[in-house]
Amino acid sequence: MAEVVLLDFWGSPFGMRARIALAEKGVKYEYKEEHLLTGKKTPLLLETNPVHKKIPVLIHNGKPISESLVIVQYIEDAWSDTAPLLPADPYGRSQARFWADFVDKKIYDQGKKIWANKAGEVQEAGKKELMESLKLLEGELGEKPFFGGETIGYVDVALVPFYTWFYSFETIGNFSIEAECPKLIEWVKRCLERESVSKSLVDPEKVYVDLILVLKKMYGYE
Amino acid sequence: MYEVDATCRYLQHIDYFKRESSPQSRCRYNYKLCEVTPNSVYHTLHRLNRATRNKPSPKEGAPQQRASMAEEVILLDTWVSPFGMRARIALAEKGIKHEHREEDLGNKSDTLLKMNPIHKTIPVLIHNGKPVCESNNIVQYLDEVWHDKSPLLPSDPYLKAQARFWADFVDRKVFDAGRKVWVTKGEEQKSLMEEFIGHLKTLEAELGDEPYFGGEKMGYVDVTMVPIYSWFHAYEVSGNFSFESHCPKLVAWAERCMQHHSVSKALPDPEKVYQYVLQLRKRLGIE
Repeated sequence: MAEVVLLDFWGSPFGMRARIALAEKGVKYEYKEEHLLTGKKTPLLLETNPVHKKIPVLIHNGKPISESLVIVQYIEDAWSDTAPLLPADPYGRSQARFWADFVDKKIYDQGKKIWANKAGEVQEAGKKELMESLKLLEGELGEKPFFGGETIGYVDVALVPFYTWFYSFETIGNFSIEAECPKLIEWVKRCLERESVSKSLVDPEKVYVDLILVLKKMYGYE
Repeated sequence: MYEVDATCRYLQHIDYFKRESSPQSRCRYNYKLCEVTPNSVYHTLHRLNRATRNKPSPKEGAPQQRASMAEEVILLDTWVSPFGMRARIALAEKGIKHEHREEDLGNKSDTLLKMNPIHKTIPVLIHNGKPVCESNNIVQYLDEVWHDKSPLLPSDPYLKAQARFWADFVDRKVFDAGRKVWVTKGEEQKSLMEEFIGHLKTLEAELGDEPYFGGEKMGYVDVTMVPIYSWFHAYEVSGNFSFESHCPKLVAWAERCMQHHSVSKALPDPEKVYQYVLQLRKRLGIE
């Protein structure tokens, strides 16, 4: 096995976090696709993440690490001499962890209320909640180019992958995120100028057609 | 290295620069003369830290700069919250003098709303006027600032990652299922109780034969998990069962933690917790 292996799924925003962090640090790794849409999980995934059985899993010299933000923090600690994603001061680090935790607590679940439901109360609630969360994040970004300041940091890595699902939310929910959070979309574009991000994120339209619509059919969310 | 202690000097600098310096010298220091809010202080400190960024990060165990001035530490909390207990244990383990303020969550203080405007929940740690929110975040912050006293996280990156993984499991699985038990009844409650016990068994397997999740000493996962032990009595009486019969090693681990003054002082009387839960369920109209 290669020294660094990433078990991942092409459309997962959580997997994209790990991809960006590895690229930022210039770490060579072997990418292994888990074909989650087939419903089958490989023995390697089940063995390396027996607790959650989910991707991403980073395997470094045979030792597995699971949970995307734990993986990003591990990458930060293990390759600490290059491209730091977290500030050095404890208060700055606690702020970054707070906002990454906020992203984790809100964005996926609120987005799911939109894409996994027909137009109606639940979907409307999802739209409202998601826009509130994104506005709070936009406020936190302020005038900085990135959440990490002059360059991308932990919160940028935690949030930017969800951009690939925005098109799906907007299409299914019939609304525009850019209209209400233009600064956030400008921030996304700035992130995409970095190769670590542009190479790690997938085409939002592909996410809509080959993932979200497929999931909707698979789980009967129609 | 600019850390929390630099904040006060920075505030003085703002006045100095506004009064004294030319635009050129302001640019040289790359200060942004911004309104002093926790975020703006963070961002400015981060910018100052950029100057030291190319230097290698301090090696694990190397002494870092610590606040040399008197520390002001306040914890906004409520007695029954397992999240608040985590912060209490960490503060006690590290011998950090602090002011404990009990919040009435039905009538939140202005301080709480100002210090945690996003979630409006406790615990909130206020260190020299700056808030840190979310219990696991608070514990990690305390561990980083007071790193030389009773370290809770290992220094090895892989072991640190394992500790973070299990603390996340405690939060997202154990505490989440445990909380839902109280706001449900009947079959739904029974099923959540089974799920809760299942998660406890997973943790018990992870503990293995070690005295603590942290190994020979209590660590991050112990601090994250042990508060729920104060709620065990409430679960047992309500559900008419005993945790000892399902996960005896975990119960033994909790009792071992309770031998520590930091834990026994932080956890409330289980009978009081049970009475609280009964009142809560009545208020919610579940019973």
